[in-house]
Amino acid sequence: MLIYALRRLLQAIPVIILIMIGTFLLLKLTPGDTVDALVGDMGGADADFIARMRAEYGLDQPVWVQLWRYMVKLATFDMGQSFVYEQPVATVLMDRLGTTLLLMATSLSLAFSIGITLGAFAARRAYSLTDNLISTLGLVFYATPSFFLSLMMMLLFSVKLGWLPVGGIKTIAGFYTGWDHVVDVARHLIMPTAALSLIYLSFYLRLMRSSVIQVADQDFVRTARAKGAGETRLMVHHIMRNALLPAVTLFGLQFSTLLGGSVVVETIFTLPGLGQLAYQSVIQRDMNTLMGIIFLCSIIVILVNFLTDLLYARLDSRIELS
Amino acid sequence: MTVLDTDLRPAEPPRYVVFWQRYRRNRAALLGLGLFAIVVLMALTAGLVDPGDPLRRAGLPLLAPFVDAANPLGTDQLGRSILSQLFYGARISLLVGVVATLVSIIIGIVIGALAGYFGGWVDDLLMRITEAFQTIPNFVLLLTLVAILGSKIEWITLAIGIVSWTAPARMVRAEFMSLRNREFVDAARNLGVSNTSLIFREILPNALPPIIVYASVIMALSILLESALAFLGLGDPNYASWGNMIGQGRAVLRTAWYCSAIPGIAIVLTVLSFSLLGEGLNDAMNPRQKQ
Repeated sequence: MLIYALRRLLQAIPVIILIMIGTFLLLKLTPGDTVDALVGDMGGADADFIARMRAEYGLDQPVWVQLWRYMVKLATFDMGQSFVYEQPVATVLMDRLGTTLLLMATSLSLAFSIGITLGAFAARRAYSLTDNLISTLGLVFYATPSFFLSLMMMLLFSVKLGWLPVGGIKTIAGFYTGWDHVVDVARHLIMPTAALSLIYLSFYLRLMRSSVIQVADQDFVRTARAKGAGETRLMVHHIMRNALLPAVTLFGLQFSTLLGGSVVVETIFTLPGLGQLAYQSVIQRDMNTLMGIIFLCSIIVILVNFLTDLLYARLDSRIELS
Repeated sequence: MTVLDTDLRPAEPPRYVVFWQRYRRNRAALLGLGLFAIVVLMALTAGLVDPGDPLRRAGLPLLAPFVDAANPLGTDQLGRSILSQLFYGARISLLVGVVATLVSIIIGIVIGALAGYFGGWVDDLLMRITEAFQTIPNFVLLLTLVAILGSKIEWITLAIGIVSWTAPARMVRAEFMSLRNREFVDAARNLGVSNTSLIFREILPNALPPIIVYASVIMALSILLESALAFLGLGDPNYASWGNMIGQGRAVLRTAWYCSAIPGIAIVLTVLSFSLLGEGLNDAMNPRQKQ
């Protein structure tokens, strides 16, 4: 198991290096460089000073040297300076990471648990009215953009009914502590979580439905039934365990899409997370921060994929670990 | 025994007739086709419904739907007709959807075919690149590309294509890996057919059907990506777009919710039509998969 884990981690290294090269290229493609941004901030400077600053930042070096230095810095999580926040990018990102991770965790667990339950339920009654209803619901969820859903929920629950807050992560003037604080944050997270999770819920639902239908047809299920296993035991022990495998793979793959989706949802609900920061950085052309977000998100995605792979290997004993 | 006695089956109907008969069996797929036809019709007739610029002032601001005969679906806060924006928006959505899908499938086919056909270090390198693209959250990459390239509709379409080629690339690679050692490929290779011809004339036609079905998914995702960009105000400001209408409607959500609800429903129905079409195509192409 340990060797398998180490090998998987080694495989991630070329991907991380490629992403570093990618962000470097994107930075180079952006019109204007660090010195331009700094000089713009200062309100202009003479050509001699600009040339000296370029030399100081190493921007007069050949591209290969610059790329090497950039990668060495990134490897130590030094992502440069944000010119909007006047802080190191790493500090800005760490401030925002918690909110995004919280939103990811709630959305994914909601989507995963409900999607799988509904999918399995629909599959057991395949082609019945219940199945048609659940499947149709899945299709409609799949087709609804998260921003549209967010607005309609806001209209219903905040504007018309006044039940839930429109945005933010907590009540600013509340100064809640302890349990009150938890309830307050939870109330602020209900709509963003629902908006973000519905599409993924429909993914899991559709996947689980077809997966359960497929597994239920196999010989070992018939054998188990012939040996007198009850329907519940059959479902939980024999079918679900095998049908879950493709859903677990999807869990890792969907994580990066979900992080992307958080940009829209966090912006609408003014949640101070990485997604909102990404949007603001695009608007304010804060490329260093944007590249930092790409790099950090990629590391998170790689970690999540690594963990799901380990989980998968644990669940599916057919996989050779060495 | 005469010829008349032999029990020859009647000639098979042409392929597309068989295909249509299979497709027709799925009622949801028919609904998808109908919805799709409506969207295409909207895109085609936009110029007839409103020959002028859809972004011009057409009446008083914030007229409710079904009140003014000149603006049957009402107007937004700048007095622009929602109906004409809806029709012109269909044009942009379909255009972006089709072109971005073509871009992503062409990139996907080239990368997947090379990786699957040659294997070895080519495969390793291309797959690592694919993984890197899959790892970066696609919407964040899209935002970055738009920030660098600018908000012109051509660049947005290209950027959407660039962020969505990974799935087709993996599918093409898998198909190529299973097809490259089949007998018909070996036969062609022994006849001295070149690698390029083997890839594009022998293997690719056999690898295409699942890609064509998957194109409907990419098309739906492209439309969603474009509308999300436009919603955030990063779309091309010179064209009416459903996402942009919803984004603008957000400011008047409290008083005039129809401004964002109408284009929102249009997006839902369009994406739904692609999903249903895709499922119908899949069932019609692989009739054995489903009872």
